Amino acid sequence: MTERQRPGRGGYAVLAFPVIMLGVFFLVPFLIMAATSFYERISGGFYEEAFVFDSYRRMFGRVFLERAAFSIGICLLAGAVCIAVAFPFTYFLTRMRRRPHVALLILVLSALSLSEVIVGFSWSVLLGRASGISNILVALGLMDEPQAYQPGFWAVLLGLCYIAFPYCVLTIYPALSRLDREVTEAAQTLGASPRRTFWTVVVPIMRPTIMAGFLLVFVFTLGSYLIASILGRPEHWTLSVFISDQASFNANVPFASAMAMFLTVLSLAVVGIVSVVESRTRRVA
Amino acid sequence: MTRATRWALTALVTGFLVSPLLVVAVVSFNENRYMDFPPEGLSGTWYAQLVTDPSWRAAIERSLIIAATSAALAVAIALPLAYVLRNYRVRLAPILYALGVLPFMLPPIISALGAQVFWNSTGHIGRMENVIVAHAIFFSTLPLITVSLAMEALDPSLPEAAQTLGAGPRTTFRTITLPLLVPSMITGYAAAFVLSLNEYIIAFLVAGFSVETLPIKIFNSLRYGFTPTIAAVTVVFILIAATVFSLFAIFGNLLRFLGADPAVLEQQ
Repeated sequence: MTERQRPGRGGYAVLAFPVIMLGVFFLVPFLIMAATSFYERISGGFYEEAFVFDSYRRMFGRVFLERAAFSIGICLLAGAVCIAVAFPFTYFLTRMRRRPHVALLILVLSALSLSEVIVGFSWSVLLGRASGISNILVALGLMDEPQAYQPGFWAVLLGLCYIAFPYCVLTIYPALSRLDREVTEAAQTLGASPRRTFWTVVVPIMRPTIMAGFLLVFVFTLGSYLIASILGRPEHWTLSVFISDQASFNANVPFASAMAMFLTVLSLAVVGIVSVVESRTRRVA
Repeated sequence: MTRATRWALTALVTGFLVSPLLVVAVVSFNENRYMDFPPEGLSGTWYAQLVTDPSWRAAIERSLIIAATSAALAVAIALPLAYVLRNYRVRLAPILYALGVLPFMLPPIISALGAQVFWNSTGHIGRMENVIVAHAIFFSTLPLITVSLAMEALDPSLPEAAQTLGAGPRTTFRTITLPLLVPSMITGYAAAFVLSLNEYIIAFLVAGFSVETLPIKIFNSLRYGFTPTIAAVTVVFILIAATVFSLFAIFGNLLRFLGADPAVLEQQ
């Protein structure tokens, strides 16, 4: 490829529109939010310019720490479940013939694009007492009377896994699809069974991918808002629900901003770890 | 892994992804409004209500307008960024690219709260255009990725040939590069469109009390209990998403967009 040139005046002019848009409508709002986290809350849901650490101090209170620990815990769990199922699934997927391969990817993408409100609604129907799984079991004579499985912890976990699973498949898909087929073929030529090939060759090679997929799913589920509010009780609320609740109904925008800053730092740290892991593997490969 | 494990896992995953959608689809054709399952009788009343009931219809129209315009704006932001960053040697290129990817990488509540405090500080509150801009920024990452991939796949000898024949940079872009980028712009547009149609939290915090989009309307009506209308609108959404991605697979290169190895794709 020829050496790329520096852009002329025209090139920089073209760049101006996207940079201004992203600057004005992403960076500036972010900075205002960061500043707001130091503002002082006054009565009646208003806040005024100040430089106080009230909101950050409040983050050391029991309510926030409990919410944060719960969110991080349930999202880590969802990430672990997703990667444990998505990894072998995606491995098989990349080795399928083109037609089922594309069909399953369309299903995965359709599930990914579904609104959380729709996923939450669908599962609340399926887990509910009026028209859910338990009704089928009763109709089959396996159960005496229908039961409700939501709201509750397991319903929230299931919902989080549902929204995160397609995302998880798509993050590990490129690496698994690029996994050299000669590697697995070599293992099998040398007498390894498909199962043994999977555990002793594919999984070790793909360890960084598995780690990256797990962490990205974790960040993705941290952003989930509606699953916890539809399928859970207030004690199952995640940080996103709590932030939005503070910002809209409790009208404590400075506290909401401080928690959003915490969430940003946490997400950036995890994404940073992922990109370091990925660049290191690229150097090895 | 054995064939049996492979089949069992694929069936399990497909069932998991499909089953809630299936139940909702069945419930949406239920005759009475109590969402019995299995249903008592079949009827299309709830679908008719989506069109005849003014409040559902208004929410659908609002969501379609927001999705169509914000996706167009997202492409308008992404195209120049992807083109210049891939075509020229730009100082700070990694930072500019990160700026384009960051909104989508971070949890949406951050963009949502940022947009809320931003619009509050301007005093221009609760308007539809606020939601359009917020969605455009958040989803511009998708066309940025599709167009950047297309730029990488572009044969550099084509624009070079045009320039050798005397075309200036502007003519080369308009007559050679842009037509070759159109498929990637369409796929990026489609992805941003579908996701904007489904987005809740940003729309809610930016203008949730005055601009009731379809997901907001669904969530609000969930508070008053389930109605089969919600099930009907859900089915419509699923069909839209599946159609868009099927068209994507037919007309665009879905597998390449998702990052599959080009060499492997040729073998299959």
